[in-house]
Amino acid sequence: MLKHLGAAVGVALTLGVALTAHAAGSISGAGATFPQPVYSKWAEIYKAGTGTNLNYQAIGSGGGIKQITAGTVDFGATDKPLKPADLAASGLTMFPTVIGGVVPVMNLPGFKPGQLKMTGANLADIYRGVITKWNDPILTRANPGAPLPNLPITVVHRADGSGTTFLFTSYLSMKAAHWATEVGANDSVQWPVGVGGKGNDGVAAQVKQTPGAIGYVEYAYAKQNAMTYALMQNKSGAFVKPDAQNFAAAAAGAKWASAPGFYLLLLDQPGAEAWPITGATFILVHTKQADASKAKDVLSFFDWCYKNGDAAAGQLDFVPLPGAVKDLVRKSWSKVVGPDGKPVFR
Amino acid sequence: MADAALPTASRTARRSAPRGALMAKVFEGLCFAAATALLASLGGLVVSLIIGGWPALSKFGFGFLTTATWNPVTDVYGAAGPIVGTLVTAALALSISLPIAGGVAFFLTELCPAPLRRPIGTSVELLAGIPSIVYGMWGLFVFAPIFSKYVQLPLMTAARPGSLLEAMTSGIPNGSGILPASIILAIMILPFMAATLRELLLSVPPGVRESAYGLGATTAEVVLSVTLPYVRTGAIGAVMLGLGRALGETMAVTFIIGNSHNFPKSLFDSGSTIASTIANEFTEATSPIHTAALIALGLVLFLITFTVLGLARLMLRLQGSQS
Repeated sequence: MLKHLGAAVGVALTLGVALTAHAAGSISGAGATFPQPVYSKWAEIYKAGTGTNLNYQAIGSGGGIKQITAGTVDFGATDKPLKPADLAASGLTMFPTVIGGVVPVMNLPGFKPGQLKMTGANLADIYRGVITKWNDPILTRANPGAPLPNLPITVVHRADGSGTTFLFTSYLSMKAAHWATEVGANDSVQWPVGVGGKGNDGVAAQVKQTPGAIGYVEYAYAKQNAMTYALMQNKSGAFVKPDAQNFAAAAAGAKWASAPGFYLLLLDQPGAEAWPITGATFILVHTKQADASKAKDVLSFFDWCYKNGDAAAGQLDFVPLPGAVKDLVRKSWSKVVGPDGKPVFR
Repeated sequence: MADAALPTASRTARRSAPRGALMAKVFEGLCFAAATALLASLGGLVVSLIIGGWPALSKFGFGFLTTATWNPVTDVYGAAGPIVGTLVTAALALSISLPIAGGVAFFLTELCPAPLRRPIGTSVELLAGIPSIVYGMWGLFVFAPIFSKYVQLPLMTAARPGSLLEAMTSGIPNGSGILPASIILAIMILPFMAATLRELLLSVPPGVRESAYGLGATTAEVVLSVTLPYVRTGAIGAVMLGLGRALGETMAVTFIIGNSHNFPKSLFDSGSTIASTIANEFTEATSPIHTAALIALGLVLFLITFTVLGLARLMLRLQGSQS
């Protein structure tokens, strides 16, 4: 009798533990600061709907890569995509979540947002310290009729390592051979000239406080602060403005299907409307999962985000992925397998 | 129950002695554990900094300390820029802050009307409680524009071409750079030094001070030749505390120093400090050698602080043997 009771209690306890573990399941992630607002928002809505708790630590892309490689979190997040060889070496699978853009902003007295036209090569020469005045003939030729002042250009860049800097310097490297050989592309570089601001707000403050300054910030930041931005020349030669539609145009024109491991920078993409400094932010998970149900929780969360998260992302000025890309990502999840070698997400 | 029969005096003596001995043992043990834990964690910190920074130190050797190339793209790191920036900003901050802290402390102990002492003293202590990020944001958003408009621009326009002043003030007129960062640092370390100095001066026995006044000394004479020499050791300790904070301060400096890894060439040039460089780059440092270089920077900062404290001790000992 007593034995039976004990067994019953044991079963009930196990069941109870299993149930609570399932109901109050939690996923942990760490990494990039850039997508943190949208991941938090998604997590909040997801928790209200499913009870699954998502804990995201915005410690920076570098930290995210280190933590997922060490296996201390369920997923890592990075703004700087890992090359397919690096992914294979660490046993990771990578996929994009949302798209953002980097916007050159300036403090030019009398100029309205979008009044200045800029090309990638000129931007690189400004950041190299070759073009030092706003009325430099190269800039006046590109902006006929615009009242460019005789004002020294103050270059402002990010002081902290950042995915924004990675996108920006990668773009300058693509458009200017000098930049590629002298400076290069990374999340922090040895800047030839200029002052460093900490974070987007640091850059924005330096630009706002210095007449003649030029800087670069994430789109959401430029928009929410109504900063004076430049129109950028894209691959088709058109000067486009930074907005959600033009970031989406850059993502739509990109050849995701032929990019192994989704290693793709959305820089200088074809398309008449494509904004040239666009980039996705990425999630990293282990390809071989030790805990299949946990891995399924993670992928189910991102599946839910793809299905239901677009509106929330849009409100925060992030651009959702095109539907075709989402389908490609879901297909790629078949590579993520549990200990039994079967895909964890079906 | 048998104890109850004993005389009261011998009973308490017999009981309290072992209890006191036990207490003493426990107390000694706890103090010893606290002291060794501190030493052990300090040692562990140094060892882990050396291990973590070794890849960079062995790759760049002595050049790590003497070159100013800091290039995360090519993975070449030299820390001379941040090292110089750290030393220069801390020294400037101390030289701005020390006279003011001394003035505050002397005023509060010797000159201040009694009802004002407590409010002023408390507000100095309140200043010490403000988080450094607040100083940083205030520095960037409030102080920098004012500094640029009323100090930097007038100085730059007043400088004759080729003069020393021009060389000292060249830079971008946006209120960020070495000198503005030093001023913010000075404000941050001021309350520590002022509060400690005040406590020290208050600890001077009234008899000492009063006899000096009795001999006809002025307030200045009392402070400079009686009370200050009386608390000399403690005063240097207070200054070193302030200097230690200035050397290691991170957030406030990062906001306003301009964050360039080059040698600062003038007072308004952008620079960086060791702590600001680590704070800026550690989160996104993906290559192993970049991380190692940042940890090695931490080791350098530790050594600088250690050297400064050691020098202060040495100075004290030399002075002590002279007098």
